[in-house]
Amino acid sequence: MVVLAATDLRLDTNWVDFLIIATYFVFVLGIGVMARRSVSSSLDFFLSGRSLPAWVTGLAFISANLGAVEIIGMSANGANYGIPTVHYFWVGAVPAMLFLGVVMMPFYYGSKVRSVPEFMRRRFGTGAHLVNALSFALAQLLIAGINLYLLANIVEVILGWRLWISLIVAAAIVLTYTTLGGLSAAIYNEVLQFFVIVAALLPLTIIGLNKVGGWSGLQDKVAASAGGAEQLSSWPGTALTGFSSPFWSVVGIVFGLGFVLSFGYWTTNFVEVQRAMASNSISAAQRAPIIGSFPKMFVPFMVIFPGMIAAVIVTEISKPKNNGGTPDYNNALLYLIRDLLPNGMLGLAIAGLLASFMAGMAANISAFNTVFSYDLWQTYVIKDKEDHYYLTVGRVATVAATLIAIGTATFAASYTNIMNYLQTLFGFFNAPLFATFILGMFWKRMTATAGWAGLVSGTLAAVLVGIASEDALGTLSQGWLSLSGQGASFVAAGAAFVVDILVSAAVTMVTRPRKESELRGLVYSLTPKQDFHDENEGELPWWQKPNILASIALVMVIGLNLIFW
Amino acid sequence: MTDDTTDTTDSTETKHTAGAFDIRTFIAALMGIYGVILVLAGIFGGARATAGPVDGNPNLIVGISLLLFAGGMQAWAVIRPTVVDEAALARDKAEQEGKPPPH
Repeated sequence: MVVLAATDLRLDTNWVDFLIIATYFVFVLGIGVMARRSVSSSLDFFLSGRSLPAWVTGLAFISANLGAVEIIGMSANGANYGIPTVHYFWVGAVPAMLFLGVVMMPFYYGSKVRSVPEFMRRRFGTGAHLVNALSFALAQLLIAGINLYLLANIVEVILGWRLWISLIVAAAIVLTYTTLGGLSAAIYNEVLQFFVIVAALLPLTIIGLNKVGGWSGLQDKVAASAGGAEQLSSWPGTALTGFSSPFWSVVGIVFGLGFVLSFGYWTTNFVEVQRAMASNSISAAQRAPIIGSFPKMFVPFMVIFPGMIAAVIVTEISKPKNNGGTPDYNNALLYLIRDLLPNGMLGLAIAGLLASFMAGMAANISAFNTVFSYDLWQTYVIKDKEDHYYLTVGRVATVAATLIAIGTATFAASYTNIMNYLQTLFGFFNAPLFATFILGMFWKRMTATAGWAGLVSGTLAAVLVGIASEDALGTLSQGWLSLSGQGASFVAAGAAFVVDILVSAAVTMVTRPRKESELRGLVYSLTPKQDFHDENEGELPWWQKPNILASIALVMVIGLNLIFW
Repeated sequence: MTDDTTDTTDSTETKHTAGAFDIRTFIAALMGIYGVILVLAGIFGGARATAGPVDGNPNLIVGISLLLFAGGMQAWAVIRPTVVDEAALARDKAEQEGKPPPH
């Protein structure tokens, strides 16, 4: 029944919608082709990232993250749990972005570190590098599966094809997009994508709010639904974490989601960090995540609110939610689009969603490609061949990764709320990485063996919690611990972090540290202070000073937290 | 960095505005096209596009907003154009590839 209900969803598209979608493809592929031919030095100028205007880097910074997972996952979460979902933004992402801008960015900029695997290799040597590269490659394949599943889902609801055919078609679309140079024009596409998504989601939210009688109407309807009034206040979020104790729920949100998962995600996400580092000064690099945090704190209104609205006006969601069934939360946003948008706006919404899923999966595939061909194949399997050889390896890896993603997409499809799955994956991969990264950066004594031992044991701890929980790993979970929903992934992430730190510290005590002279630029205390200080910062006007901007953002996000308390 | 002084004379000749490749032009173009399509759909689109599933005419309102937004974006790009410095660009590229700069 549930499977049938999901495939029953159809969007009533017509040629106007397809015209809008086609226009987007023409733009994206056109930019890709131009970037390939390098027709203009101006294009080069933007792509190289040099002196990019701060608002562009700021938008590109959050746009890469405003992908499938965030739009579908957060609206699913909004439909499922309501307002407590804002913690992902106001306790999670925004403080983490400010931390990245104020504390981490100067260090990245001043040191010679340019990627996480590179940091692992230079700081800890082969063992940690191999573990990190393997787990990173695996994570990319699994997350690509999520993006592919969501993309196929759109194809399914527009054209009415079965999921497996849609998956193959979606995979073919992504392969074409990647080969035609879609990625070389990444910054252009990301910024364009941001505007398309806002142009679709902002009116959707306004129309939806109108329909339910404004904010007070939404409050009344949510309070009357099965979720009840607790879905209207952010704390303690016991439904979100699945913890019965409000105290532990708050701890789980602040430590698991806020500290380990979000700080881990934003500080080790080098795809984004590199974008900011292309700026021409330390303070410009610092400003990118800080400027990005301003639009970021308002994203919840465009993703969580539509989810909540869908949960009260879309019968396919509200009925099973009120009757204790299993609503198809992942499709909450699509149902709302179907019910509220006329042809035209419908096409705009589909274009925005397709754009973000494609870009998201293409980014996963290309990250996998880089790590597989250079960090794994070239370093450990077949060394010293000419560049051409590794390019071919990369192409084969791209095709192979796309095929594997079809498999991982089928697994992702088994989750009714995709956010549970994604947070579980982040707990496995990001949390131990963040622990090892932070420890290695601030503790000069930490040894090479501790590097890989910490990573391995941290990941194992998270997997163990996942298996012991009720549903974090789907059918693999045994239910030994009464943990479910996103609380299970917060606990898994917390466990990974703590176990990683403890094992690293213990192993460090019995192994020999590296010479301090080898660690310059890799450890905070051994990097000259002037390397991460902008000597011109004093001359900047106040609105360009990172710390002042960050303070304003912090005050605003605290205000938002209080309003929705 | 030491040859900055010699470069300034060169780079004034190689500086030009980003023109059509300014990212704001791309944003304005895409949003402008969408605005036109939505306004037309809002006026001539038939029942499912003018009235749609809800009251009012969202296509028309959003279309007009997009046109205004696109106009503003383009105006910004025209009033304060981005300046591209070819010489600095070539220098950056050379630096990235580890080759000596062409100057």
